[in-house]
Amino acid sequence: MKSRDVLHLSVLTHFPFWLQSSVTFLLIAALIAPPTNVRAIDRPNDAGTAIIITWDLSPDDPVIEKYVVFRMTADDTIYQNIGFTKNGNTSFEDDDVEDGIEYTYMISAVRNSEMFNSEPSAVVKSGPQIFHLGRTNILICIIIFTMLLTIFVIQARKGRNLFIRRIPGLEAVDEAVGRATEMGKPIMYIPGLGNIDWTATIASMNILGEVSRKIAQYDTPLIVPNRWSVVYTVAKEVVKEAFVSEGRPDKFKEDYVRYLTEAQFGYAAAVNGIMLREKPATNFFIGRFWAESLIMAETGAQTGAIQIAGTDSVLQLPFFVTACDYTLIGEELYAASAYLSREPLLLGSLKAQDYGKLIVLAILFVVTLLSFLRIDLLSLLEIQ
Amino acid sequence: MKRTIPLAICLIMGVVMMIQFFIPHPISLEFNSTILNWIIVLFAFALVLAIGNLIRHHSIKIRKRKHDWPYSIVTLTSMAAMAIIGLFWGIEADSLFQRIYLNIFAPLSATMFALLAYYMASAAYRAFRARSLEATLLLAAAFIVMVGFMPFGQYISPRLPAFAEWIMRYPNMAAQRGIIIGVAFGAIATALKIILGIERSWLGGKE
Repeated sequence: MKSRDVLHLSVLTHFPFWLQSSVTFLLIAALIAPPTNVRAIDRPNDAGTAIIITWDLSPDDPVIEKYVVFRMTADDTIYQNIGFTKNGNTSFEDDDVEDGIEYTYMISAVRNSEMFNSEPSAVVKSGPQIFHLGRTNILICIIIFTMLLTIFVIQARKGRNLFIRRIPGLEAVDEAVGRATEMGKPIMYIPGLGNIDWTATIASMNILGEVSRKIAQYDTPLIVPNRWSVVYTVAKEVVKEAFVSEGRPDKFKEDYVRYLTEAQFGYAAAVNGIMLREKPATNFFIGRFWAESLIMAETGAQTGAIQIAGTDSVLQLPFFVTACDYTLIGEELYAASAYLSREPLLLGSLKAQDYGKLIVLAILFVVTLLSFLRIDLLSLLEIQ
Repeated sequence: MKRTIPLAICLIMGVVMMIQFFIPHPISLEFNSTILNWIIVLFAFALVLAIGNLIRHHSIKIRKRKHDWPYSIVTLTSMAAMAIIGLFWGIEADSLFQRIYLNIFAPLSATMFALLAYYMASAAYRAFRARSLEATLLLAAAFIVMVGFMPFGQYISPRLPAFAEWIMRYPNMAAQRGIIIGVAFGAIATALKIILGIERSWLGGKE
């Protein structure tokens, strides 16, 4: 038993209650230990103007109300109160500092308005960093993947035959375009509801280019309804360029690519209206979709159109699988452009993707095995 | 030249923005912020083109008396009315613009969303017909999960809710993660292909 506890017990047993309470308070107040080992460091991986202060808890932490953080510069004569944190906490972030100025910090444990000051920290300065160390793992991944991409693109350039498995949804594109041509009905290409900053939309634009080239050869009407103005302008240029590259610029019509509305369900209603009025023979749903996916795909199915969908949205995939004839699942969306164009360079990039996945699977396998041996490497995979 | 300039812009901006991601310095953040502002300006220009397309499309439809052309009048009138009301009477919380938005547009959107339930029913009917082994497995899994998550599921068997939870947490999650890993690599590959100029479909294909 500590000497303080002995003293406390003796007070409790020999004096009246009011005196016991007062003496207990005075004893606790007099014997509160301040936090120790106060350290201040420049916050890592940031643009500066922030310092992190850490400390070891006071042994009396459970009875402490809060820790008050004080700061002093070389020009100050006294410490400035800059904030507080509740008991049990061992760190505080000061994000109101000037880069290059030297600061010293002190932590006070507070109990009943009494403060018990720690020793001051060492002098610290904040500053911006040039490289984000927390993103080193991403950089390594990009370097490895770029190397794989380069290797397979070089191999493809040398004429090496690269095997690519059959993707039924993409095999059906020719059939779908041909069917629309025979029926004299339009083809509808919905580039998703994602804006141009979604990679799925960019992949969709690549596929739209390839599909438009086929459409240009057959002179089939095309409808590309858009939700976002930027996607509309990009889609228009993609379709136009595809017609030009096929030597059919005169066949391109401004009305092929349309802007509808940014409203999610307004867009779905407009697309459904077009499907019911113009009865496209083929519908493509390629890109990023949300809750409207089934509303559009089911309407398309009811009109009897051939439907090819492709999305990276895991939640919408079951709806497309249900309502469409063919569905490009996840990565197949990103492989579609290479598959359709059959360009060796693009096919090489697919091989790089496959090897990238193999490496990731191997890493996950090793990390899982090591975690069974209580060696935790998962933190190395964390992204900041 | 018509293709070289876009490809060069794409390469330079792609590489610069990639480098920017790894540099937390204020200059780098300021650069990123400037680029984002440029994008907003580009979006504004694109919106003018898009609205022009909308007006043109519906005007032609009205002029040529195409099928369902009266709806085009509704579209153009609504668009013009909202623009005028918003420009001249403001878009504050208690403005006419907001009242129209909340009392007409929002219920219409909700109505479209509500239709999803009926579409789900008809899609489920088609999906759950056991025409093949895969469809049968889908039907069985869906039945177990649906019944397992219902309150009376535990009265059929006390283990049913746990089994439904197991299907969602393990086979379902494993499949989802497999797709997500593939998607991540696909997205990286697409970005790199465009930045490096390997992917040119957006410029009309190879040349």
